[in-house]
Amino acid sequence: MDINPIKIFHPSAAKRNRMWLRLLSLGLGLLCWQVTSVFSGVEVFILPSPLAVWSRFMVAVQDGSLFRDIGVTLSEVVLGLIVGVTLATILGYSVAKSRALEQVLSPYLVASQAIPVVAIAPLLVLWFGYGMFSKVLICALIVFFPVLINTIVGIRAVPRAFYDLMDSLRATRKQILTKVEIPAALPIFLGGLRIGATLSVIGAVVGELIGSKYGLGNLINRARVGYDMPMVYVAVFMLIFLALGLYGIVARAEKKLLRWQEEK
Amino acid sequence: MTTEPILTVKNLSVVFPDSNGGLHALDDISFEVCPRDFICFLGPSGSGKTTLLRILASLLSPTTGEIKFINHQHPQIGMVFQQSNLMPWRSVMDNIKLPLELEGADEVNARIKAQEMIDLVGLNGFEDSWPRDLSGGMAQRVAIARALIHDPDLLLLDEPFGSLDAITRERMWMELSRIWQARQKTVIMVTHSINESLFLADKVLVLTQRPGKIKLDLQVDLPRPRKDDIRYTPHFGKLARKLREAIE
Ligand SMILES: Nc1ncnc2c1ncn2[C@@H]1O[C@H](COP(=O)(O)OP(=O)(O)O)[C@@H](O)[C@H]1O
Ligand SMILES: [Mg+2]
Repeated sequence: MDINPIKIFHPSAAKRNRMWLRLLSLGLGLLCWQVTSVFSGVEVFILPSPLAVWSRFMVAVQDGSLFRDIGVTLSEVVLGLIVGVTLATILGYSVAKSRALEQVLSPYLVASQAIPVVAIAPLLVLWFGYGMFSKVLICALIVFFPVLINTIVGIRAVPRAFYDLMDSLRATRKQILTKVEIPAALPIFLGGLRIGATLSVIGAVVGELIGSKYGLGNLINRARVGYDMPMVYVAVFMLIFLALGLYGIVARAEKKLLRWQEEK
Repeated sequence: MTTEPILTVKNLSVVFPDSNGGLHALDDISFEVCPRDFICFLGPSGSGKTTLLRILASLLSPTTGEIKFINHQHPQIGMVFQQSNLMPWRSVMDNIKLPLELEGADEVNARIKAQEMIDLVGLNGFEDSWPRDLSGGMAQRVAIARALIHDPDLLLLDEPFGSLDAITRERMWMELSRIWQARQKTVIMVTHSINESLFLADKVLVLTQRPGKIKLDLQVDLPRPRKDDIRYTPHFGKLARKLREAIE
């Protein structure tokens, strides 16, 4: 008789292992970057080392200038998300509920998808000025479509049997909305929101690069013109963290709100 | 015992509009239901059983004919669907108390009542489970509990055990029969199983292939409470044969 060793699986240990792997990979990447920038002979102006970027970051934090730009970009992104998501959700719900409305709006909806927002961003900045408003608008537009589509698909996917159930119990329209349609459409809706949140950061930066007074996109322009390459990198990293942060918030919301779903 | 029927259906027909002159689903259906009756419609698939229940639940209007409820007001309905139709984002407890929530009952009372229903259908310990973690039989028991919790006047069951394996299904017959006796409900159930209809019903109405028409009205005079072995008695066999002949 042969005896197999008993294998004990520790999920938390496996998780910790994966975490280590990730940190290791990041560390190695930074190391490669540092080594390349120091030994390759590439101008600091072209490729500053991570340490140079880090010390520029610390300076910018200490003199406080970084926070103003982060604040402006974050406000544009969040306001754009609020406006875009609100409009897209209301319109998406109405379209999902009414085939007639869908027919009326579909040419515009298709067109709104076909126009690359990035291409009309210069126009929007021209029309609405260098202030935050034009960026909020760009963010809202860029967020609008994925959220709209996912709202429509999510509401249309609600099984008819749930409507039968609610009708047999004499539920009101509002009860059907809050107890069936919203929870049933939520997974698909949040998928759209997750995409929208990262797109929104892109929208804000594009707007700021075209013409702005403040913001991380503006900071990139200012630093570039002043040959302050480490600062350009600082701004780029801030944008990455901003996008990751928003993505993370939505992902956390998904995890919390969609606990009922099959573990993936 | 003669009581006033709580439901009278007269000359009910349903035609679904389609491209070639309409699909005739139900034809000239008439019957009466008295309080605490357990009525079974037996018919092959496509005979309009689901359509009939949808009409009784007023999810659908008949093309012609009339449906009269006692006191001329639509009764409270509890419905169990072919698929358990549980909301996957609600726990067992929250699924069961849905009808009370819709009535605006207060949360504490709703939970107490839901707990009673959970006891009744034997799902103690599963209050906080998600529907995804339930077996088919457990899910249908949750659906039955949900259909009973608001104390409906009329229980409509659409092949509630159709998706279960034979052993679980027979166990569910016993459960349903017990619950029906404990709760004293009026039940209309549709099924395509002869054994199921005889085991549970006071009266079996056989529907024909489309368009569904009542072909036989059979009184089931088997004694209650019915035990599992009643299915091996000669009388049960005789009734089953009658139903089988009517179906073909
Ligand atoms: N909403 C509907 N529109 C068109 N045809 C329908 C509709 N509902 C059911 N039918 C048709 O009516 C017939 C009876 O259906 P159904 O009542 O579901 O039968 P059963 O439940 O006995 O299997 C079927 O041929 C079905 O395709
Ligand atoms: Mg059916």
